[in-house]
Amino acid sequence: MGFKKFINSKKALSLVAAFMLFGTNVLMAQGTGADPKAADSTSKSDMWIGVGYYVLLVLLACVIVAVVGKILRVYDLSLQMQGKKGMNWNNIIGVICIIFLLAGLYGCYWSFVVQGNMILPESASEHGGKIDFMFWTTTVITMFVFFITQILLFGFLFKYRGSDKRKGYFYPHNNTIEKIWTIIPAIVLTVLVVFGFFTWRSVTNTDNLKNDINIDVTAHQFAWEIRYPGKDGKLGQVNYQLYTPNNVLGVNFKDRNSFDDQKADTLVLPVNREVRINIHAQDVIHSLYMPHFRVQMNAVPGLPTFFKFTPTITTADMRNRLDDQKFEYLLYCNKICGGGHYNMQKVVRVVSEVEYENWIARQKPYLSDQIKKELHLADASQPNKAAENKIALNN
Amino acid sequence: MSTLAVHDHGVAGHDHDHEHHHHDTFITKYVFSQDHKMIAKQFLITGITMAVIAMLLSILFRIQLAYPDKSFPLLETLLGRFAPNGRLDPEFYLSLVTIHGTIMVFFVLTAGLSGTFSNLLIPLQVGARDMASPFINMLSYWFFFAASVIMLSSFFVQKGPAGGGWTIYPPLSALPKAMKGSELGMTLWLISMVCFIASSLMGGINYVSTVLNMRTKGMDLWKMPLTVWAFFLTAILGVLSFPVLVAGVVLLIFDRSFGTSFYLSDIILQGKIMPYEGGSPILFQHLFWFLGHPEVYIVIMPAMGISSEVIAVNSRKPIFGYHAMVYSLIGITTLSFIVWGHHMFVTGMNPFLGGVFMITTLIIAVPSAVKTFNWLATLWRGNIRFTPAMLFAIGLVSFFISGGITGIFLGNAALDINLHDTYFVVAHFHLVMGSAAIFGMLAGVYHWFPKMFGRLMDEKLGYLHFWLTFICAYLVFFPMHFMGLDGVPRRYYAMTEFPAFNRWLSVNTFITWAAITAGLAQIAFLYNFIHSIFWGKKTTQNPWNANTLEWTAPVEHIHGNWPGEIPTVYRWPYDYSKPGHDADFILQTTPLSETMSSNLPHDFEDNPAGLSQYNEWEKTQRSSEEVK
Repeated sequence: MGFKKFINSKKALSLVAAFMLFGTNVLMAQGTGADPKAADSTSKSDMWIGVGYYVLLVLLACVIVAVVGKILRVYDLSLQMQGKKGMNWNNIIGVICIIFLLAGLYGCYWSFVVQGNMILPESASEHGGKIDFMFWTTTVITMFVFFITQILLFGFLFKYRGSDKRKGYFYPHNNTIEKIWTIIPAIVLTVLVVFGFFTWRSVTNTDNLKNDINIDVTAHQFAWEIRYPGKDGKLGQVNYQLYTPNNVLGVNFKDRNSFDDQKADTLVLPVNREVRINIHAQDVIHSLYMPHFRVQMNAVPGLPTFFKFTPTITTADMRNRLDDQKFEYLLYCNKICGGGHYNMQKVVRVVSEVEYENWIARQKPYLSDQIKKELHLADASQPNKAAENKIALNN
Repeated sequence: MSTLAVHDHGVAGHDHDHEHHHHDTFITKYVFSQDHKMIAKQFLITGITMAVIAMLLSILFRIQLAYPDKSFPLLETLLGRFAPNGRLDPEFYLSLVTIHGTIMVFFVLTAGLSGTFSNLLIPLQVGARDMASPFINMLSYWFFFAASVIMLSSFFVQKGPAGGGWTIYPPLSALPKAMKGSELGMTLWLISMVCFIASSLMGGINYVSTVLNMRTKGMDLWKMPLTVWAFFLTAILGVLSFPVLVAGVVLLIFDRSFGTSFYLSDIILQGKIMPYEGGSPILFQHLFWFLGHPEVYIVIMPAMGISSEVIAVNSRKPIFGYHAMVYSLIGITTLSFIVWGHHMFVTGMNPFLGGVFMITTLIIAVPSAVKTFNWLATLWRGNIRFTPAMLFAIGLVSFFISGGITGIFLGNAALDINLHDTYFVVAHFHLVMGSAAIFGMLAGVYHWFPKMFGRLMDEKLGYLHFWLTFICAYLVFFPMHFMGLDGVPRRYYAMTEFPAFNRWLSVNTFITWAAITAGLAQIAFLYNFIHSIFWGKKTTQNPWNANTLEWTAPVEHIHGNWPGEIPTVYRWPYDYSKPGHDADFILQTTPLSETMSSNLPHDFEDNPAGLSQYNEWEKTQRSSEEVK
């Protein structure tokens, strides 16, 4: 076969080697020669020395593996020459399986203790407790299955490692056992499903109450805009076509509910009050994620979504509990949205009712002077529209 | 029966002309080959190449995650404008993530896995001369090759490859101005995927028709090895779900290039009001996941089939609950069409709908659990022979348990609120479909290497490869669960902007080094693979003492697989260690009449004539014993 001959031929091999050597030389020459600056070229050559160092390390590791392999082979052959059986790899691997199982169990234990302590920050919302309870129930059930099955798996591998003296046990099926291990998982999963379904419904199937706080959170690349409803508790309508650099949300000022809307830089929430966050996106899909409150909902352009929840722990409280005076609740983007996705966050502060009232009183109205001027300017240039606007304003 | 008719024709038509009239040129033998064994090798080698590329990409972004503040001049030398001053560009980071995911899911674990083993094993294990349509089979490979080239070519365009994540949700992917990765790179991604899906459909139709029409005499469906069952159901799944992705992709192309608004509405991009109105980004997600979820089963089912076969052969035991294994595959296939919504619990889809998808999702865990228990029962009281293939098959079982269990968390809508798009998800799917499926694929490579190349791979290097990869994969993905539970989001270029995540930095560094070690371990595989193709030990005809039909074909590849008549099949493929038989395996081609001492009444379930003969034989045996 021509193909094989070609591969086998030493000439072709040495040609390839020579070619690669030459190629590296050219590359190196480019690396040093192309840059006029001496400093640059030294840093480049430093870099290649660093790279070469690691490549040599890898080659060394390969050589060591090859040497160990040869030693094993020689040992194996010498055993066979003495008339003994060669190395019994079934036993060796069987033992490695047991070592892996024990090391793995210890690793799991270590992970659960050390890293397990770093997970699930204390839930700071009412429904968060339910979700956490669901989580821990699922964890207990599944970890039980996890440990049992992995122990059986690697235990069987050790116990039933191959030997010439034995034959496998011909056991093609047992309908009773199969029924049992179909029905038991089915029952357990049914319990989890029912439990989960009701938890999910209780979190998402919410009624709108009169004294809910309605807050608009709008996402765009790569920031969040926050709008409070003002005294009337109602948010004015928005229309993306009304966007101007001053009115970034495109609030429709023909809707009188919008007059007292307020703009804010921080999402401040009163503790123990139901909050409904209305989530909008202007350009691509974002996701509003607040892990402390167990809240996540995507922000989809053209499809307003919402999430209702009740914060239960104030920021100050949480700081004391965590003993970290710099702690802040955060809201961040959790759906890939472009180059700045990794830094699209907003501070969320949960405060007492009184603090909230004080804070909200100090927030600026969304209808800023610039927007007023803009609307007025539009009036001047387009008299017809101005009339309409006035009618709207007088309504 | 159509099966018989086609089969008879095949035998009559092909009987004599195999050995004679093939004067292959280099082109027809190695390039535009229509022989299923060569096409399988082409798929495998392309798949491995793509896997290595995707793995290198993952190491690049792992370096960024481990050392977010460090500059690596080498990166600038290698990547140029994509890594100014030796640090990855944030948008290029997203491109790396995207292309890594796309290549691994589609090019390696769909085409590389199904393409290789369906092509190799379906004709050899059902007893066919070749695929139903060899020409379409060849086209399937070349469409796949073209798709690969187009996908990789996007690294050489000005703005770099697609960067919207492998799920390419619009509007991000639909608005070229939204990010660099949504410009020409995304167009190439979409074109590549259309070619890929064409390839996948041609392959799938071929697999289905070969399994249904071209089985040899005696090979009824319940005598097929689990590999063939898995490939068959996978192909059905692919044929039914991939076209939906084409629809989604074509509409996306329209939105990008022709100004339609299928997925776009109410958009202000960088201060500019866009004219799109009335579309829905959620529509794309439905179309995408209608393929996307079956896709993960397209990835895992062939790996399950391969593992079932490899575990049975090397435990020297029949697979436990063969029927249950098939029914659970069928169950997974059916259910996988109605669970896609669990990817969309928090997208703003109606929450009630979310609840329904949650129920269907958790039901699919039942057949998966059955499969796991059956594998364990197969190992129980076996005579386990640790070939590298066996180890990788066991690795699949271990990963499938670890990753499958976290699926119960994510499939639960209430828990998904807090876990969606965090590292918990990354850990989950890398274990259950990434690592598990790649281990299934590697098990297949080690097991059928002698069938493909006529030589054996080195076992010791295989052991080294397995243990390093297996341990490192756990070291990489296990800690990620905890990061996710702490609210660390995936697809973040750096965690440095969040002081709260600083405590995970050391874990990130650890994961990166584990990933690099796992990457280096693949050198053992690549060296072993390439070296063994040319210089490996020559194999015998049936190196693993397996029962299935492919080991009755000669080692030397011939066109048409078997010289002379195709062997007839008399029994199921799992008669290992049958009591009363001298050897611990009985080939599928051995008639029951030759193994009277080991037959069981069960062997004659649909064969009353055979059963009465068996009973008579039993009687005479008993009476002769009494005489003694």
